[in-house]
Amino acid sequence: MKKIQYERPVIQRLNAGVMNKFGTKTEYAPVTEIDGNRVKDLITKFGSPLFVLSEKTMRQNYKDANRAFKNRYPKVQFAWSYKTNYMNAVCNVYHQEGSWAEAVSGFEYQKALKNGVPGNKIIFNGPDKTESELRAAIYNNSMIHIDHLDELYLIKELATEMNKRPRVAIRVNMDTGIYPMWDRFGFNYENGQAWDAINKIMLNDKMDLVGLHAHIGTFMLAPSAYAVAATKLSDLALGVKLKYKKNIQYIDLGGGFASKNTLKGSYLQGADSSPSFDQFAEAITTAILNAGFGESDLPLLILETGRALVDDAGYLLGSVISNKRLADGRRATIMDFGVNIMFTSFWYDHKISPAQEFSQYTEDAVLYGPLCMNIDVIRENVTLPPLKRNDQVVVHCVGAYNMTQWMQFISLRPAIVLIDLEEKAHVIRKRETLQTIESEEVLPAYLKEIKL
Amino acid sequence: MNIKRNIALSDSGFVFNPSTGDSFSTNPIGLEIIRLLQEMKTAEQVKKAILAQYLTDDATFEKDFYDFVNMLNRFNLMETEEKDEKATN
Repeated sequence: MKKIQYERPVIQRLNAGVMNKFGTKTEYAPVTEIDGNRVKDLITKFGSPLFVLSEKTMRQNYKDANRAFKNRYPKVQFAWSYKTNYMNAVCNVYHQEGSWAEAVSGFEYQKALKNGVPGNKIIFNGPDKTESELRAAIYNNSMIHIDHLDELYLIKELATEMNKRPRVAIRVNMDTGIYPMWDRFGFNYENGQAWDAINKIMLNDKMDLVGLHAHIGTFMLAPSAYAVAATKLSDLALGVKLKYKKNIQYIDLGGGFASKNTLKGSYLQGADSSPSFDQFAEAITTAILNAGFGESDLPLLILETGRALVDDAGYLLGSVISNKRLADGRRATIMDFGVNIMFTSFWYDHKISPAQEFSQYTEDAVLYGPLCMNIDVIRENVTLPPLKRNDQVVVHCVGAYNMTQWMQFISLRPAIVLIDLEEKAHVIRKRETLQTIESEEVLPAYLKEIKL
Repeated sequence: MNIKRNIALSDSGFVFNPSTGDSFSTNPIGLEIIRLLQEMKTAEQVKKAILAQYLTDDATFEKDFYDFVNMLNRFNLMETEEKDEKATN
């Protein structure tokens, strides 16, 4: 007699009454393959857990975003945000599509250069640029986005010393109706700091003010806030034209477009609540086009979109270590991936799908990671089929920020695989070993011997 | 390990406790285990019956079975020992 596929016995109380509007969505539709590669095969070949990136989705997202803006505005340029995901393979997919680079640290800047991005197509952002990094950026004709006055004065000194005119922009912070207002970066629009910085640059005449930059926040769900930012930056650009008879070459609206992830506490699923590229593009381009620029004076529109381009191209494959019952009766499932490699689980309720077929019966569960730390919670409440040891799951939308904010806390970082357009899997970062961790450690000679 | 005898079961996995009015949903294997328990089968007999039918191993089922019985207890679907004693007195 052929035996029946086993599924853990489950029983759930049925609660009659008013439906809970915050009720969780049941995830029992299995995801058994990613871009033609079976999840089971990927785990067998590359181990568990495993990050998987879909090149097809990355390129498609870029094309969607590019089309949304270019359909509405004549001069658009994307710059790949290195901090979102600086795996070289990822960066080069976006560079191949035409993206410039946006770096916020010296090492990201070096990475962009090594990836082959010409210096004059690298935007150098961030509050911490060392003197030597600024020298390199000036030498390479990069766009330096000034964050504070100390940086402005240092660039001025370097310009004199190097006898070069640095290409600079100022970062502007402003009230766009979004709370919290990001006012720690750059110069404020409302209180006149931005104009003060512009005047210092223009009157000193040691550098070229080529752009104006704003980055109003992260995971923005309101396109209207970008319209406010675009209007205020356009106002500054038109003011510069009026006062100094000089055209600002570009307006950079930074990043922050929401991805399809679901923020914790959100009423709607991210896929339903996040604005589309078209909605962001409509708000931004309409504001710039209506600002009053002459046709030939329209500035280049730069976008440093990261998250919305790569988040849904990333998957984390993992396996069940064990199931247990908590004191209050809730099911707890321990996975082999934790918050050390899934930093975004602190603010998203990531969609998690089983990677094998189940019946339609489900259980509410808490998903824990493998770390011996109480904070290692992947999902506080998720409705999943009765998973058993070694069953596999697919975590969705992990392409942004996890592969840059991850750490080797307690467990080592897994491999990353990129599935190309021909559905071939390439390892783009190897699984870490003890040697990876110890390679930078130095043990003083007198501590080499121990006797126990 | 006795399940309450008056528990009503439907083939679709609907479980009803007439004493409390509570209703539950269980999967096919859960339904089968409850039925076996209603037939007064011991844990060992339940295990034997399930292992004969399903693709699983001894340890996995034992672990899952005790967790399932624990949930039946939590949901007041099992006879308590007190009642058992009263019944035998």
